[in-house]
This record gives sequence, C-alpha cells and structure tokens, in this order.
Amino acid sequence: MTSTSSTGGTDAGQAPADQVDAAPPTSNGAPGASRWREVALEIATGSAGVTVLAIVLALLFGGVLIAAADPAVQSAAGYFFARPLDLFSAVWQAVSQAYAALFSGAVYDVQAESFARGIKSLTETLTVATPLILAGLGLGIGFRSSLFNIGAQGQVVLGAVFAGYIGFAFNLPAPLHLLLAVLGGAIGGGLWASIAGVLKARTGANEVIVTIMLNNIAVYLIAYLLSLHAWQRPGSNNPQSPALHGSAMFPLLAGERYRLHAGFLLAIVACVVVWWLMERSTLGFQFRAVGANPEAARTAGISVERVTVWVMLVAGMLAGLAGAAQILGTEGGSGLTGGIAGTVGIDAITVALLGRSKPLGIFFSGLLFGALRAGGVVMQARTGTPIDLVLVVQSLIVLFIAAPPLVRAVFRLPAPGSRKAAVDVPAALTAKEVRA
Amino acid sequence: MSAVTAPAPAAAPTSAVLPPISLKASIAYGVGALAGLVLLGLVGPNGRTSGFAVSTRTDALQIPVFHVPSKISAALLCLVALALAYLHYRATVSRRRPSPWIAPGYGVSMVLAFLIWAVAGKDTVLPLTGLLAGSLFLALPLVFGALSGLLCERSGVINIAIEGQLLFGAFLAAVVATLTKNAYFGLVAAPVAGVLVASLLVLFAVKYHVDQIIVGVVLNVLVIGLTSYLFSTVLKLNASTWNSPPGLPVLPIPVLSEIPVIGPVLFRQTALVYLMYVVVAVLQVMVFRSRWGLRLRSVGEHPKAADTVGIKVNRTRVRAVLLGGAVAGLGGAFYTVGNSLAFGKEMTNGGGYIALAAMILGRWRPKGALAAALLFGFANSLQQQLNIIGTAVPSQIMLMTPYLVTIFAVAGIVGKVRAPASEGIPYVK
Repeated sequence: MTSTSSTGGTDAGQAPADQVDAAPPTSNGAPGASRWREVALEIATGSAGVTVLAIVLALLFGGVLIAAADPAVQSAAGYFFARPLDLFSAVWQAVSQAYAALFSGAVYDVQAESFARGIKSLTETLTVATPLILAGLGLGIGFRSSLFNIGAQGQVVLGAVFAGYIGFAFNLPAPLHLLLAVLGGAIGGGLWASIAGVLKARTGANEVIVTIMLNNIAVYLIAYLLSLHAWQRPGSNNPQSPALHGSAMFPLLAGERYRLHAGFLLAIVACVVVWWLMERSTLGFQFRAVGANPEAARTAGISVERVTVWVMLVAGMLAGLAGAAQILGTEGGSGLTGGIAGTVGIDAITVALLGRSKPLGIFFSGLLFGALRAGGVVMQARTGTPIDLVLVVQSLIVLFIAAPPLVRAVFRLPAPGSRKAAVDVPAALTAKEVRA
Repeated sequence: MSAVTAPAPAAAPTSAVLPPISLKASIAYGVGALAGLVLLGLVGPNGRTSGFAVSTRTDALQIPVFHVPSKISAALLCLVALALAYLHYRATVSRRRPSPWIAPGYGVSMVLAFLIWAVAGKDTVLPLTGLLAGSLFLALPLVFGALSGLLCERSGVINIAIEGQLLFGAFLAAVVATLTKNAYFGLVAAPVAGVLVASLLVLFAVKYHVDQIIVGVVLNVLVIGLTSYLFSTVLKLNASTWNSPPGLPVLPIPVLSEIPVIGPVLFRQTALVYLMYVVVAVLQVMVFRSRWGLRLRSVGEHPKAADTVGIKVNRTRVRAVLLGGAVAGLGGAFYTVGNSLAFGKEMTNGGGYIALAAMILGRWRPKGALAAALLFGFANSLQQQLNIIGTAVPSQIMLMTPYLVTIFAVAGIVGKVRAPASEGIPYVK
C-alpha cells in the first residue's frame, strides 16, 4: 500500500534516535531468537511502528465504513446465516475495489493504457501535497513553540489573495512577476497571522480563538474583494477574478500533460529552510526554548512576546506560500475564487500533527495526505465511495498516533520500556505542563 | 453584554501607589460615538424617515407601523452614546466602577442609530419583533454550545469539539426524527450523539492525556468526515426514509405569548427554546450555588487541592465532559428538527467555534454565555433582515462583524477575561 511505504520513510528521521534508545534493552543475555523477537517488538511498539499500525487501523475502520455503505454488502448481510461466505466476499469486493481505486488515483493508475497516463496519479499526489506541506510546515513551527495556530486556513486565503492580485493586476517580465507574486503571498499570510501574534503578545489574547475568528473573517474578506469591480473577471457574473498572467505562474515541471508545478520544489526548499531555522539558527532555538518552557526562556533573557510575534509571522508566511502555490500553480487559470483554499488549512493541521511538527515528517505526511486526497477523487469517480471517507481516515490516523497506548492495546502489544514510554509521545502532542 | 470593568478600584486609601488609570475603554467608547454621530447622523441627505414595525400579523393587540425622522433620531441616539462614554470617563478618572448599565445602554443606542440609518428612506419597514425573534432563534445552538464548553472548561477540559457535537447532534436528530416520524424523538437522540463525541474526547484527553485542543480539532474533522460520508452514501440516496425530519411545532404559551413584542419573541417558540431557558437557569444556579458546582470548579481551578480533599478529579471531569456533550448535542438539534430542515453536509458551518467564542465573551458563566450568544444571534438576524431590505453596507462586511467583535473582546478591549486555571492540563496523580 502506498501509505505504508511512504510513512516508512516518515520516520526515517526519527528512527536513529529511537534505535539508539532501543539498543540497551537486550542486556539480560537473552539468546538470539528472543533477541530478534525483542527487536521486532521494539520496532512494532516504537514510534515508527505505532505510525504504521495507526495507518493500518484507520484504513481498517475506513474499510468498515465502505462495506457498510455498499448495497451488495447490505443485501448479503440480509441472508448472512444462510450463506455467510457471500457477505465476506461482498465485503472484500467493496473494500478492495475502493482501496484499489484509491491506489490508482494516488500512485499509479493500473488501468491506464500507457505509462505516461498511469504515472499522472503520482504527479497529482505531489501537486495536492504541495500546499499541505507548506502550510503544515508553518503550523509545525507554531506547535513546537507551543502556539496553537488553527488559522492556517485564513493565512492560506490571504496568501492566495495577495499572490493572485499581483498575478492578474500587474504586467511584469516572467521571473520577476513570479518572484513578486510568491513574495506577496508570503507577506499576505504573514501579516494575517501576525495579527494573532501581536494580540497574543500584547494582550494575551488566546491565539486559538483569534486565529479561528481570523479564518472566518478571511472567508468574508475574499468574498467581499471578489464582489469589487477591480477584482471581477470581465464578462463573468461569478465571484471570480481575472485569470492570472502566465508570467506569474509557476512553470510546470513535467510538461503540459501534468499539473505538477515548481511550487513542489518550493515546498522542498521550504522544508530544508525550516529545518535549518529550527535546528541551526538562533531564532529557531528561541522558538523551541519558548515552546519547551516559556518561564525558563524568559529567565534566560528571551523576550517571549517578541518570539510569539516572530513565530506567527514565519508560520503565516509559510501558510501564505501554500496559498501562493494554490493560485500560482494549481488554480491559476481559473483565477481567484472563494474556494481557493479548499480545506488546505484544516488538512494542514493533521499533516503537521502526523509529521510531529518536524520538516521531514511533515514532508512525508503531506505526501501521504496528498495521496489520500488525490486517490479519494479517483475512488469517488470509480467506485462511488465519497471522498469524505478520506477525512475520516485522516483524522483517525492522527488520533491513533496521538495515543500510542491505545494502538498498543488494540494490537495487544506490550508497552516499550517504561523509560521510553515517556519519550515516545511527541512533544507537540502531549499537553503542555506549563501554560501561560 | 456583560459590564465593562475599569481598572480595579483602589484597594485601600492608605496604599501609597495606585494602579495607573487606563482610559482605553472610555476613549474607545467616545471615538465610536463620535464616528457614529458624524457618519450616521450628520452626513447624508435630509428629510428621510425610517419605518419600523412592531406587531406581527397574528397579534391580538396591533401596534401601527411608526416612522421617525432619520437624521435627527440617529444623531440624538449617538449623543446619548456620547454622554454614556462621558459617564464612563468620569467614573474611570475618579476610580469608581462604571455603572453596569453603561455598556448595554451604549450598545443599544448605537445599534438603534445604525438601524435608523440603515433603513432611512426605504419603502420597506424593519420588523423589530421579527429581528429580535430571529436573534433568539439563531442564538440557540450557540447558547447550547457555549454552555457545553463552559461545563467542560470549568472542569479543566478544553472542548474544541463543540462543532463536532453540534454537527453529530444535528445528524442523529434528523435521522431519528425521520425514522420515528416524530420530532421529539429527534430531540432525545441529539444529546446521545453529543455524548458519543464527548466520550471520544474523554477517552483521548482524560485517559490518554493527548492535548485537548488537538483531540477537539481532530474530532471535528472526524465528525465532518463521518456525517458527510453517511450523508452521501445513505441519506442523500433515500431522503424520504432517512432525511426528511418533521420540525418541532411552535408552542405558544397562553396569555404570555400575547404580550406585544415580548410575547412573540420569547413565548411563541418551540420546545427547544423553552428547554434552553431551563438549561441556562439551572446551570447558572448549579455551577455557582451547589456542591456539585463547587466541586466542578475546584477541579478546573486546582485539581491537586480538590484531590487532596477527596474529590475524584478525573471522574468529575469525565462526567462534566459527557454532560457538556449532551448539552451541545441538544443544541445540534436546532439545525435539523429545530428548523424543519433536512441534514446537510457541514451544516453547522463553524457554529461550534462561535459558541466557543461566546463562552469566552461570557466569561465562563451561563448568563454571560447567553448574552454573548444573543449578540451573535442578533448580528446574524440583523444581517438577514438588512439583506432583504438592502443597505449600503456590503453583506460580507456585516457578516464579519461578530468575528471582529470577538477578537476585540478576546484581546481585552471589552474587559479582561480569565480562564479556569487548570484548563488544558491533564491531571495525573
């Protein structure tokens, strides 16, 4: 399955740390066989194992939903006691077809007649994953600095508004126009987010509430802008902006036939930059210090207020880039619309949580959710299974990953060494001990 | 709206250093009133009138439609607001607590001035009673949602999943009411749905100590996905058997419902509204005047101390969250059986988040939550009415206002709020 393979990589970044921790337990001089068993258990109960098991569990639950809604299964259930095998085969039929379609839409379409057509699925996955990764990176920075920014949705909208306006209102030479539009997107998202940052820093306003309100305001703001004359597409009555100039659009990466655009490269670069920012720079160190313990950070001379504003600004800029990727890449031809952000901002929360707020994790979890999204569209078209199933699977994955003991209980696995159990839960997921 | 608190009055005259006087609130009031005076009262054409209707068609006692001269009345109301701002200023500089009537009085006069301006010179009249009844009606899910959040947060558990509880309540109410062909069974089923969502919240937040905000957000996504999935696969295909719920009938209370204005607004409503009166009153008393309420609040403020005196912290929290889920689920019934509407995808449309804001605006008190929810209801109702009449203000800007007000409120401009001390922190013995 696509999901397992890609998340196998998700944890590559964290695996070494876990393996180091995992080394000592076999000190009781156990013979080789039980040692293997222990290593296997260690893998299954470690964070990588929990991730994989959580995905399996979520897909199983999704399978139950698929089967329950399938008419053939329902009719077979009616005469279950007469011919029980019918039910099982009907369930297998429904679930396997739906998930096969999901795979076809996400990785490689086995029904396609040519390779070029089959691989389109993978490029779709990468295209859909691009804004998820960018916005997820922004949210991840917030979570690691113990700022719960729910406002990626609004920041994505504002990013798209700024980038879109620059894209259709100005006439500039190609590389400059794109650069300006991307920058504009980052600034739009950054400004929107820093409203919450400044309010939090100056008045202590709860960032969860403020960002939620800003999301709603952004929805009406874009609706208002699109009702203005300057923003309206000539000859259209729909709230839709003019199409963007080609000079502002991301170049396509794999030719006209695929939607994959250079925004994906931007997402990769952003991952590296965020990694550097958080792990290697002074600012990132301050972010993490405030996230770990604001009181200690303050004592150490870090201005918690300043860091709060910076965190929101950087997070908003990344979410704004996600909006820019939407409008300058995926949706540019149809111009700016009210639905430009889709559900990117909400999905990005689950992406950041699944990626444990680390760049590499977010990259792969963004790919996974991008694959689910892209595959969900094909699944809906081919087997009639609504794409809403993807939301269920997505949220269940995050829930299960957030509670490793639950996953272990379901699979009857023992808890890893008690010392590790505390380390196991990622910092962003456990409730903070200290709250301002 | 609850009263605006000025900086704390001087504790004792003997203390040498007094806290600095903050004039922020007074200045904000004054600027608002002046801006209103200029924009609503002075600018604009002369000689217009604004019409208002008070009685509904079915009233026994009919009050005729009345017209007021627009510019003069709006200007007068803004002057009243300005005077109130001055009173607030006087109270603040002399370190007295401003009268609790200043804020609501200010709000009412400014809103009336705005209404007069908005309908000035129009042929249609503004139905005042309809506006108020609509406010109460639209506030319903927010009241229930805010009370749910209040119950949870008073016990120390943040409930972001109100949205999901409302949505699942709406869903189950619609399905059960359709299957039983009785709206009241839907009203019974809705709290069950809320409890189901709440039990997941309890499982992850209390048992597994997962961050409560995360659980809440993810549960919302889960419920949206689940209900949308079931809607697409079951409800939509066979709407007549699954998704055509009967609506709750309007039950006018005899005599009371015939009082002009108040009657149609308060006493010509459905059972859900009367239930809301009861729930608000009961919770207001129980949370602040009963042993149960004291324990609830102690667990949310200082769980260790509560545990020391023998209160079971996590058990109290679990019960409070489940009760909260039931209350929110009940509010969800508003969207389907309360409205005679079929269930639709994501039909709560962020109502749970607004309820959360209403709870904070209402300072974690049932009465306050009611007032804040009514404020949101009023803004929505006003927007609907003005949409019909048509005004100069774009509807998108009108729709934004409740959210802007919330941001101002949370940022402490309307007054400082303080959350229960231990909310969001799981209790581990």
